[in-house]
Amino acid sequence: MTVSGILRATRALPLSGKIGLALVLFWIVIAIVGPFIAPYPPGSFANEEVFAGASSQFWLGSDFLGRDVLSRLLSGARFTVGLSALAVAIAASIGTGIALTAAVGPRWVDELLSRSMDTLISIPSKIFALVLVAAFGSSLVLLTLIIAITYVPGNFRIARSLAVGLAQLDFVEVARARGEGRLYLALSEVLPNMIRPLFADIGLRFVFIVLLLSGLSFLGLGLQPPDADLGSLVRENTSGLAEGALAIMAPAAAIASLTVGVNLLIDAATQGKVQ
Amino acid sequence: MSGAASASAWRGPAKLVLKRTGLALVTLVLVSAVIFTISGLLPGDAAQELLGQGATPEQIAALRQEMGLDRPAVVRYFEWLRGIALGDPGQSLVANKPVAEIISERLPNTLTLAGLTTLFSVPIAFLIGIASAVSRGKGTDRALNIATLAMVALPEFLVATIAVLVFSVKLLWLPSITIVPQDPTLWEFLRAYAMPVMVLGVGVIAQLGRMIRAAIIAELDRPYVEMARLKGVSQRRLIFRHVLPNAVGPIVNAMALSLSYLFGGAIIVETIFSYPGLASLMVNAVTSRDMPLLQACAMLFCATYLLLVLIADTVAILANPRLRQG
Repeated sequence: MTVSGILRATRALPLSGKIGLALVLFWIVIAIVGPFIAPYPPGSFANEEVFAGASSQFWLGSDFLGRDVLSRLLSGARFTVGLSALAVAIAASIGTGIALTAAVGPRWVDELLSRSMDTLISIPSKIFALVLVAAFGSSLVLLTLIIAITYVPGNFRIARSLAVGLAQLDFVEVARARGEGRLYLALSEVLPNMIRPLFADIGLRFVFIVLLLSGLSFLGLGLQPPDADLGSLVRENTSGLAEGALAIMAPAAAIASLTVGVNLLIDAATQGKVQ
Repeated sequence: MSGAASASAWRGPAKLVLKRTGLALVTLVLVSAVIFTISGLLPGDAAQELLGQGATPEQIAALRQEMGLDRPAVVRYFEWLRGIALGDPGQSLVANKPVAEIISERLPNTLTLAGLTTLFSVPIAFLIGIASAVSRGKGTDRALNIATLAMVALPEFLVATIAVLVFSVKLLWLPSITIVPQDPTLWEFLRAYAMPVMVLGVGVIAQLGRMIRAAIIAELDRPYVEMARLKGVSQRRLIFRHVLPNAVGPIVNAMALSLSYLFGGAIIVETIFSYPGLASLMVNAVTSRDMPLLQACAMLFCATYLLLVLIADTVAILANPRLRQG
């Protein structure tokens, strides 16, 4: 897609889609530059008052130890956005890879893969993630893998139904008759034609992953200190819940603006195609 | 579902329901194998965990034997599965009580929360679904679409924080943790549950409302609806007498899915309101690595999910007269 093409597509979005796009871009930028524009080091006890309200020095107040909430939020966003993006990329690669294998492979392979994925999909994702965390712990690498694996079956289901539909079409049959190998069929004939609907699924799954990651961190089972994502920030400050502290509200609202933004964008971008 | 249908006409659906039940049971057994395998993969085992770092290899070996951990995994799996099926999933490693006892203390709490949330959410979801379907493409529909789209993506702890801020901090109406008193009056009972039910309801309402809208709209495009419209059937009668009965299948399916979502959402809500339910019990089991308790909780949640889907399937099959022509 050219630059003018992207601009035209953006202009064609309804207002909700533009808001969604703006929120998504905002969080991508924050994830990249956040730590550099933070006014205080995220670990420093900048304010003597704990759970202080917003002020000109501390835009989002201070947390349960008197640290600057804005600075911690700017540093935490990187983990939430980055780890979720990485996890969704891994989930989609594995899920779609297995789906392509099922679509072009022999019938028994498809049968075997589909049955196994059906089993995994009947374990609710949060429950599955909890069992995996209990078994393996939650270091940064393991946590990313666990969250990715949790969403492989869902991506597989969508990708398989797309791929199986495509694999029966004429142009794939022609390629097969030409004597092309299965790898070529999967990667050059089937995959390019399922990219668009796949992206909508990846976007939705990204939302689930952000919510799962923040949820795990909120429960103390996700990122471990000193690392802190937005969910950890909510957890740290739960003692401020009874007074409705800004320190608990701000990171929770930040997560919501990211997930709602992605949802609005996908909804606007797929409107008309999906009723 | 006419009373005049002969018994033989129900043979087709009955066979189908039986087949689905069998399939659900097979899936549940496979799920149990997955859960048992994953939770048994951890480096070191329960015996080591219990005795700590300072234990001698002899002590560990003795305890392993006592706990039966020295037997092959397959044997242990089948014994565990038998225990689960008979309602005795073993001994909790941390609480030193039977898992069944711990779960039976918590189960009523979770069922109460789930039941109340269902009673609260389903009618609202129907209202939203019907209201947006009949105004398809118009302002109401678009506004509801954006609203539910946002509600689906809200993390439960944000909804909970806002609810606490509004109802306990500002308005001083409700307590910010859920303590159900002994022998509560109806008023105390409702007050205690109001906050968690509202918070849990937000996601369920949004998700279910969207799926109900989709189910109704799929029916509205069918020829019989146009026929009814041409006959001059009123909008209200059209939706309630013609469309909804035909959309029962997809709607009960949607309800099963949103109710299973409810159990996931309960993990956060029970924790934030310090509510002693099954979901927070499972989180505790993860934190303390109490595997027998964790496995039992996981199985209970998976079984509930499969049961909900099976019930939805059964209702959909029985409600479909085309399967009854046999």
